[in-house]
Amino acid sequence: MNLHKLTLREQLEGLKKNEFSSVELTSHYLERISKHDEELNSFITVTEEHALTHAKLADDRYKNNQSLPLDGLPIAHKDIFCTKGIKTTCGSKMLSDFEAPYSSTVYTKLDNMGMVMLGKTNMDEFAMGSSNETSYFGPVKNPWNKKYVPGGSSGGSASCVSAELAPIATATDTGGSIRQPASLCGLTGIKPTYGRVSRYGMIAFASSLDQGGVVARSAEDAALILEGMSGHDPKDSTSLKLEAPDLLKNLDKPIKGMKIGLPKEFFEKEMPEFVEKAIQDAIETYKHLGAEIVEVSLKNINLSLPIYYIIAPAECSANLSRYDGVRYGYRCEDPKDLEDLFMRTREEGFGSEVKRRILIGTYALSAGFYDAYYLKAQKCRQLVANDFSEAFKAVDVILSPTTPGTSFKAGEKSDDPIEMYLQDIFTIPANLAGLPGISIPCGENSGLPLGMQLVGNSLQEDKLLQFAHSYQMNTDWHKKMPNI
Amino acid sequence: MALSDQELKEIAYLARINIKEDSFSSLKKELEQILELFEELNEADTSEVAAMSHPLDLSQPTRKDEVTEENQREELLKNAPSVQSGLFLVPKVIEGEV
Repeated sequence: MNLHKLTLREQLEGLKKNEFSSVELTSHYLERISKHDEELNSFITVTEEHALTHAKLADDRYKNNQSLPLDGLPIAHKDIFCTKGIKTTCGSKMLSDFEAPYSSTVYTKLDNMGMVMLGKTNMDEFAMGSSNETSYFGPVKNPWNKKYVPGGSSGGSASCVSAELAPIATATDTGGSIRQPASLCGLTGIKPTYGRVSRYGMIAFASSLDQGGVVARSAEDAALILEGMSGHDPKDSTSLKLEAPDLLKNLDKPIKGMKIGLPKEFFEKEMPEFVEKAIQDAIETYKHLGAEIVEVSLKNINLSLPIYYIIAPAECSANLSRYDGVRYGYRCEDPKDLEDLFMRTREEGFGSEVKRRILIGTYALSAGFYDAYYLKAQKCRQLVANDFSEAFKAVDVILSPTTPGTSFKAGEKSDDPIEMYLQDIFTIPANLAGLPGISIPCGENSGLPLGMQLVGNSLQEDKLLQFAHSYQMNTDWHKKMPNI
Repeated sequence: MALSDQELKEIAYLARINIKEDSFSSLKKELEQILELFEELNEADTSEVAAMSHPLDLSQPTRKDEVTEENQREELLKNAPSVQSGLFLVPKVIEGEV
């Protein structure tokens, strides 16, 4: 049986009915990883022994009628989520040998529900990048065409799910790092409302923007696991004091009569013909399903990129000051004094994109510039959030492309930071306003997939998933998988 | 936006990142390009808005002042690059005979 062709729900049913065991399912994925991942490089660490041990425990629980809600389902975790006793590198030389003394809440929650970790996925260094070319552990390839990038920063998670080396994977999104690789790899990727998923043990990049989520093969799969990851965590001071939402409840409800907003500022931008066509086709599908299409205006949306490139580097420069070569992580050789130790450890331990952002952030926060940059950006951020609040008075969700195009060739943008930053032009606004966003496959060009993005109002992940699911029940873009 | 050599050196020192001579000018150019992006914000009128602190306007939660973490000294020292007598070891910072 082609176990990797089953949806997550079907896999869970199969395990419950004892049609196959978790050891069989887990081994099936481990075999696929060992066969294909040398080329794709989507994993930094494959945790084979851990996986088989946990799969066996799940099988025992099924035998004893003590099974857990997601018992025996395999999952891959982005290597930004700390896992006690198992290497967590964040794609950096700085943490290349780091074993966290504790586990992230996301890992612990899914582990407590019986999920089996297959390994830790590759990523752009400290989640900074849009092509997965900044990883210390080498670039990741896009399974649709191995000359192309999978997107980033959750490129390993997207690549391995797209190649069906894992049925689902965790990911994180600061400016588009879940949705952009989902778009480029033909997957469904959801970033929930800021504060929905605990950031405890999720290595920090820009704390006011970072949010965990998943990349999956369908909205239904994503809903099942995101629900398990969500919920209040006293260990994260920005975690929302809300129970995990029921994300499966509304999944099958029709969207007839609901309203989709099209932000005119996005559609005024010049975009490739195939993007425009894919989006128009998606709009037609939604009209056919009974949704009403309304034009909305997000008049400050064009400020998003500069706002983001002040706030994210500023927070990154503060967060990454902890890597000093003293308490953990990389240390340079033969430091002549303490200052030399700091200066060379950070020079050698960080890659160039990370250093660029630390320097920009240091500049934006330095004496004399704080008001002009950081404070100004935080005010502009409020303007963007206000635009969304206004728009959501009239519509249920906001639709746009996820990315300006399909994937690009490895090396094509890596020398031009600004060109790379433009990859996130459609995804950044949701992070600034803390809103949930989802990318779902809606087209292709020259054999490479393309996604559309839906952004919802705060806490309305259920509505986003309902829109995504009803689209997927009437189209088959999400069922297309690459031949690897 | 122009960044002087001296400014870049100061930022790099504040960030405690050594910059090699041969990458200095290309890095400076890249940073200037990024800083140029920021100019776009000058056009926005923000006289009536407060700076955003949390997307959902939450206040910081408080908790009872109780010990919640257990002492894991050995465990925490395991990841350190250099350790002596249960302490993190760094190059000498105080001059003179010990």
